[in-house]
Amino acid sequence: MTTIDLASDARPNAGRPDAPGPNLGLGLEHRSRGRAVRNQLARIVMWTAFAIAMVPLAWILWSVISKGGAMLLDSHWWTNSQRGITNRVVGGGAVHAIQGTLMQGLVTAVIAVPIGVMTAIYLVEYGRGRLATAVSFMVDILTGIPSIVAALFIYALWVTTFGFQRVAFAVVLALVLLMIPVVVRSTEEMLKLVPNELREGAFALGVPRWKTVVRVVLPTAFSGIITGVLLGLARVMGETAPLLILGPYTKNIATNLFGGLMPTLPTMINQDRTEVLQPAVDRVWGAAATLILLILILNLAGRLIAHFGRPKT
Amino acid sequence: MAKRIDVKNLNAYYGTFRAVEDVTMTIEPRSVTALIGPSGCGKSTFIRTLNRMHEVIPGARVEGSVHLDDADIYAANVDPVGVRRTVGMVFQRPNPFPTMSIADNVVAGLRLNGLKNKTVLAEAVEASLRAANLWNEVKDRLNKPGAGLSGGQQQRLCIARAIAVEPQVLLMDEPCSALDPISTLAIEDLITELKSRYTIVIVTHNMQQAARVSDRTGFFNLVETGQPGRLIEMDDTHKIFSNPSIRATEDYISGRFG
Amino acid sequence: MTDRVPAGTGRLGDRIFGGTAKGAGLLVIAIVTLIAGFLVSQALPALAKDKANFLTSTQWNVDGTPLQFGIANLLWVTVLSSVIAMLIAVPFGVGVALFITQYAPAWLSRTAATLVDLLAAVPSIVYGLWGLQVFGPHMSGIQDFLVTYLGWFPLFSRSGIGAASTILTVGVVLSIMVLPIITALSREVFAQTPVANKDAALALGATRWEMIRTAVLPFGKPGVISASMLGLGRALGETVAVMIILSALADGTAWSWSVFHGGETFASKIANNAAEFDSPQKAGAFLAAGLVLFLLTFVVNSIARIVINRSKAFSE
Repeated sequence: MTTIDLASDARPNAGRPDAPGPNLGLGLEHRSRGRAVRNQLARIVMWTAFAIAMVPLAWILWSVISKGGAMLLDSHWWTNSQRGITNRVVGGGAVHAIQGTLMQGLVTAVIAVPIGVMTAIYLVEYGRGRLATAVSFMVDILTGIPSIVAALFIYALWVTTFGFQRVAFAVVLALVLLMIPVVVRSTEEMLKLVPNELREGAFALGVPRWKTVVRVVLPTAFSGIITGVLLGLARVMGETAPLLILGPYTKNIATNLFGGLMPTLPTMINQDRTEVLQPAVDRVWGAAATLILLILILNLAGRLIAHFGRPKT
Repeated sequence: MAKRIDVKNLNAYYGTFRAVEDVTMTIEPRSVTALIGPSGCGKSTFIRTLNRMHEVIPGARVEGSVHLDDADIYAANVDPVGVRRTVGMVFQRPNPFPTMSIADNVVAGLRLNGLKNKTVLAEAVEASLRAANLWNEVKDRLNKPGAGLSGGQQQRLCIARAIAVEPQVLLMDEPCSALDPISTLAIEDLITELKSRYTIVIVTHNMQQAARVSDRTGFFNLVETGQPGRLIEMDDTHKIFSNPSIRATEDYISGRFG
Repeated sequence: MTDRVPAGTGRLGDRIFGGTAKGAGLLVIAIVTLIAGFLVSQALPALAKDKANFLTSTQWNVDGTPLQFGIANLLWVTVLSSVIAMLIAVPFGVGVALFITQYAPAWLSRTAATLVDLLAAVPSIVYGLWGLQVFGPHMSGIQDFLVTYLGWFPLFSRSGIGAASTILTVGVVLSIMVLPIITALSREVFAQTPVANKDAALALGATRWEMIRTAVLPFGKPGVISASMLGLGRALGETVAVMIILSALADGTAWSWSVFHGGETFASKIANNAAEFDSPQKAGAFLAAGLVLFLLTFVVNSIARIVINRSKAFSE
């Protein structure tokens, strides 16, 4: 129907071919064929899009497991380093690289999470006016900074300007730059989801603002923040670009963040990725499988904590 | 144009929970029927079964039958999309499409039906807005976002949008509960005007409102929380409010319980 | 320090806490300023000595004197591979997000979301390995087909690069890498579509698809744009996967518009030469490339921001 005329019951669109058909009789089962077809088509398209998206995931996981999974079943993989092992020899393990990856990730999180969470608190709970706009804008820029640029910056600062060596801590600094925006944005989203009524309720009871944030807002948003942190961590642990520039590989176990080389899983993969000798190829895919496993565990942990840490309100 | 609604032995469920139990009622065309009752008595659930909006909620389902004149809207060959075009609905909170202008909001339903002719659409905008008593207030800003209107204006915009597709029945689920008294009055006047053309069913918490606008009133109640809601009594509005036949109805409208 | 704090002003606890939060914000500003400052200050000396046109030259000669380097090649390969990635990933990402939020039955919805998220958990070096050794060789069929039938078109002209190592293969792998980013953010905004808006569309007699077009997509549009821009930024800057897959060309190789060519992106150029930052001048040339990449992602993000702010203004 095209026009509404309250005075009469006459159909104003009678004889107007471009108007949609009136609900003659009831026409409840009547719908334009084109609309029904488009609706069905859309459904098929969405299902297909999902099915196709699953192909690379299955394919990648299958490749990594079939080529590198066997390495993970050998207990030496989890206890030995590659010290003294050559590309022609089977053996050795990845413990040096696993340890390096975990250590760098942990230190990165220890530095990046407080900065990120506090920045998010500033933006949501305190920030007003131009400074907050500027901070939010800078976080956006930081989000978009490619890892290689972050690494270049740390290189320019650490090596060119200060004249220091390429050490693990320089890698950590680059990873911190990459992790901060992830933490800020995820925390910010979670804090925004906390209903204002909760804050006002606390203010009305005379609770100071900072206590409201610490006691009411943060616990409510906790699970989401943890998930954001773990996903950010998973991202930086898989990062390879800063390692190429700042963290050369070694076959030995290393624990010093400030001196010498520290091996990681990504650099272990990178080291031998062009090798054609089977023992080296196996180790490359083994390291890839280990890295994926590590990151999957982090993801899973994030989800579990998010699930069980959810406030009961 | 307006249709009679016949509801027989209707049960509405959310998963395994029965929210509405065994409702049978007849709603006359070109009249206003008010559904009243305490919170959680199933009246909002019930009204959503009249245009098959109830089943939109995951796990929700309906048993029983609803006839519009002679057609069962729950029959197997019936398309819920067609039902909803025939039975318009206005919700508790005004919900204009936030990204659309006032004019686009009004003709959103017509556009869905494939109407593209600009002149016809423009006519429909004016006619529907006039019918919703909103034309004079918005005619100079038809291309502004609908979300910029006041709550009462937004609700009248939603009514204009609902009647633009010229439905047979107009359902209103507490249309004034989010509005101030002046806007409420404007909506009530509008309902009185619209009933010459539509079958109107209105859910309301406000008993004065039911008494002011409706011809017939149905009282829903539930024994206790967790129990399904039932239709306790349905009669002419003046009878319900002056001399109800059931004690529970009298208690409720006189404010002694609920 | 706390003059803008609306409640609890003046308390010591509030001053400390609010001050720390503000300090963190200022630190973020300082970091970004420093990054830009350092890149510019270290790139400028090298740019000053550059004897070639930095923007239009395809040369990259940073070992000897005179310095001759330009970014035309890098820019083309970077943009082309990212555009290919977005052409694939945006429609798929939106489709998958709609599937998860609007179509999938409840039992599948969460699992599907998790599975797509898992794609983001795969490190880029693994994408590189897989792309080059496992997936890439399968691109030869498409390559042969396009070269045979559309080879007259410059984008699809024949080149001597193996199918596994072309810009097209990189683009496809990049699209897989950014898919979870686009999907995750899109599905979040789609899921937040107010029930009132969806009800309004359905009550007007919209089919599910029409409801999505009337209520879900308009509501989610700014989110989808920001998601796509984040994905684009990621694709432009992706380093290791590109470095591994893409066949770097010898200096002086003839220019080609073809997606079946090799080359280097800004990021892979820098990574390929990470071991050779031995002189400030040489490093400066790479820092200049890094600076352009930084500006590129900056522009992309700014566009996204402007679009989002505009649509917000309309919906409020």
